[in-house]
Amino acid sequence: MIKPQDLKLLGYRRPDGRFGARNHVLIIPVDDISNAAAEGVARLIKGTMALPHPYGRLQFGEDLELTFRTLAGQGRNPNCAAAVVIGIEPNWTDRIVKEIAKTGKPVAGFSIERAGDLKTIEAAARKAKEFVHYATELQREPFTVKDLVMSTKCGESDTTSGLAANPTVGRVFERLADAGAKLIFGETTEVTGGEDIIMEKCVTPEIAAQFKAAFDDYQRLIESQGVSLLGSQPTEGNIRGGLTTIEEKALGNIQKAGRCKIVDFLKPAEEPRKPGLSFMDSSSAAAEMVTLCAAAGSIVHYFPTGQGNVIGNPILPVIKLSANPLTVATMSEHIDVDLTGLLRIEINLDQAADLALQMLERTINGRMTAAETLRHDEFVLTKLYRSA
Amino acid sequence: MKHGILMHEPNDDVGVAVRDLKAGEEVSAVTLEGQPVGTVKLVNDVPLGHKVAMRDIPAGKDVIKYNRVIGVATQAAPRGSHVHTHNLKTKRWKA
Repeated sequence: MIKPQDLKLLGYRRPDGRFGARNHVLIIPVDDISNAAAEGVARLIKGTMALPHPYGRLQFGEDLELTFRTLAGQGRNPNCAAAVVIGIEPNWTDRIVKEIAKTGKPVAGFSIERAGDLKTIEAAARKAKEFVHYATELQREPFTVKDLVMSTKCGESDTTSGLAANPTVGRVFERLADAGAKLIFGETTEVTGGEDIIMEKCVTPEIAAQFKAAFDDYQRLIESQGVSLLGSQPTEGNIRGGLTTIEEKALGNIQKAGRCKIVDFLKPAEEPRKPGLSFMDSSSAAAEMVTLCAAAGSIVHYFPTGQGNVIGNPILPVIKLSANPLTVATMSEHIDVDLTGLLRIEINLDQAADLALQMLERTINGRMTAAETLRHDEFVLTKLYRSA
Repeated sequence: MKHGILMHEPNDDVGVAVRDLKAGEEVSAVTLEGQPVGTVKLVNDVPLGHKVAMRDIPAGKDVIKYNRVIGVATQAAPRGSHVHTHNLKTKRWKA
């Protein structure tokens, strides 16, 4: 059995002491209308990546705070070496720059008004070029699982997820939590039918109450719309794969937590504070949840799938695990860890966990995941309500 | 692979087909740890990943998987039959 302490992890040490598995120079647009300039810079300067998105204007309150936290979180993430931030005007641009600068890494902001796209692109591209020279000279250094922050979320689940791929992640998370890693999971509506299990896992009544408040909030939101999630939860893909009810899906989902206790409750995109497993209030939509994990500083992600969700993320390597033999056979280019042996009872959960840990080590140390090679760069902001 | 059905808990009402199962087939069920849970004769075709009733489930009864309630039977599901949206529904969200 592989112990997490025995993994030989190599990562990029950032000025704040955190370690990254990737070394991106990001070009982050503050708002939708700055996407063109950000993408212009990324096209000019090799080794940079733009994160275009459709929001950032006329948002307010908690929804605006979440957008700021998510955008700044991409730059703060240890997988990012340095960041260029581009917005239409300087004030909101500067808010994101300041949050990223707290990590000590190189960051610079540019705004388009009174310069235009072309002059902005030129100035930002010169800075981006400087950052690429800086980033490409950084070397990987050894680090331990105590410095690992990672996340999990499953997608296009079916019954094989709950039987095999999710419990495999649960078994790995038990080992990583014992070794002091910071772990994130969530999907607030998708524990419906198993919310009592989540509450029992919480180490204090306060954390259980925080979780329950977020859970009830979602249920009220659904009711306030005069609808139910029938038809959305389970998804049509889930049903095709044999899952019938939300309770069944939730009980499968929760397997990813294994026997871990829940040590903390996080708001969406909030960075984990404590070693062990934290519950992050989040949507169950794959790209939204994984983007929130990236914003929270996760450097690698386990994504168990049944029917074959193809999601990836620009800065967070997403490791796909599947135990469904049809999915592994028909969508092999998307799967990093084949767990079909569990269904055949050729391997047990501890052996499956070893396979997942080996792929974790290889991915952290530089192996590109299936989603990375296939350019699955889904960057999706979570919107809490309508803009003004 | 001798078994055709995997079960979370030996006493669950339903197991999961780990390959496409055909009506009339006699199929053995095991837990993930490989513990045998007997055999069942298939009433319907049940595709990979779908559920099979491991005992007669009367209409109106809670259906147990993971040793927990996953919904209620909307019509009777005899032992060996396919259990899915046609005979099982959530107890949580109302249509």
